[in-house]
Amino acid sequence: MLVPILKQGDYLIASIQSELSDADLLKLRDDLVRRVSEFRSRGVIVDVTVLDVMDSFATRTLRSMAHMVMLRGAETVIVGIQPEVAFSMVQLGLRLEGVTTALDLEEGLSLLDHKIKGDNGLG
Amino acid sequence: MKRKETNEPSNEADTALRQELVEHFREKRELLRQQWVEQMTTKGLLAGMTREDIENESITIYDTCIVCLETGEYEGAQTYAMRMAERGVLRGMTTEQIIGGILTLRDVYGRSLFEWYQQDMERLSAALDIYEPVANKIISIVALAFVEEREKVVRQQQEAIRELSTPVLQVRDQLLILPIIGVIDTHRARQLTEQLLRTIRTRRAKVVVMDITGVPAVDSKIAGHLVQTVDASKLMGATVIVTGISPEIAQTLVTLGVDIAKMNTVGDLQGGIEVANQFLGYKVVRTYPEADLNHKEKKVQ
Repeated sequence: MLVPILKQGDYLIASIQSELSDADLLKLRDDLVRRVSEFRSRGVIVDVTVLDVMDSFATRTLRSMAHMVMLRGAETVIVGIQPEVAFSMVQLGLRLEGVTTALDLEEGLSLLDHKIKGDNGLG
Repeated sequence: MKRKETNEPSNEADTALRQELVEHFREKRELLRQQWVEQMTTKGLLAGMTREDIENESITIYDTCIVCLETGEYEGAQTYAMRMAERGVLRGMTTEQIIGGILTLRDVYGRSLFEWYQQDMERLSAALDIYEPVANKIISIVALAFVEEREKVVRQQQEAIRELSTPVLQVRDQLLILPIIGVIDTHRARQLTEQLLRTIRTRRAKVVVMDITGVPAVDSKIAGHLVQTVDASKLMGATVIVTGISPEIAQTLVTLGVDIAKMNTVGDLQGGIEVANQFLGYKVVRTYPEADLNHKEKKVQ
């Protein structure tokens, strides 16, 4: 399942449309990390609203993606984690250390605006 | 619960004897019932009941028991015991009163049998063979009805406490407060977290002030739950500020080595809300020295 990556001004938005296999996730990570410098993006938003499950592999992949993106000079925000998903993640001990999270796309965008324009946003 | 077969008369001699017992008890009804009431009064088991109540109840119980003996069926007794338990619990009767009363009745019946069959030991023993299982069965029915009633009440109250105990309140846009009062167990912690996460989504909250002033004690398990709540909220994009940590709880948390560095903590609820205001960019300004509370047109913040 291909994940569309949209360019929106200084940001890249990856909007996940359906459950992803491990291979899809890795491909998404590689694509994003490559595109960040291609478009000289300052921020990346990954929308996971449709995911009903976040297992350890998905968590690890998203975390490593965020770190790689950071090394390429951009910020990552994960948005749209559902209450049930958040709860089961903490129960399984899965953490997204060093990764910014926001409620939804709108919040994620305003968070990036704050961060990149030097304002004091939350997080 | 029903075990009709075992209690059904097995042969004719039995049936005859059973009938004899029933007739005996019916004949002596007034006498025995008076004895029973007297004995209960001396034992103080009837405290809080009116004369009329005692008459009605004792007649019904007496007759119900005889019907059980006669037919070997306990449905009537069961229904009656359940009704009695319901009313008893409402009136605040103690279990001791009820069980004591029924045990006294058993003794009264038993004694009357001893007197009746004084001359004929064999017949007495046969009569007791019939009488005892019935009496025991009735007592166990009453006891069970009471225990069930109590458990029902306890369950209802637990349910009520649970529902009342996790309010998530919005104080202003994007700011929720979550006052926690009472003991947290695994079940409650889970419910609390789920409710908080749902509210974060529906109210689009960014900051949550979690006040634990009302939590008496914290152990490593509960601390783990709190950390989980904080982490899960973070995943939903909301920052949690924990307030109201008592000296004892602070000590426990440090001793347990809970990772508090990750948690935002502020002394009390007021401080927590102030910090949350700062986070969200709110500034509370006092506009007028003494705002008139009776006047609707005052400006809030």
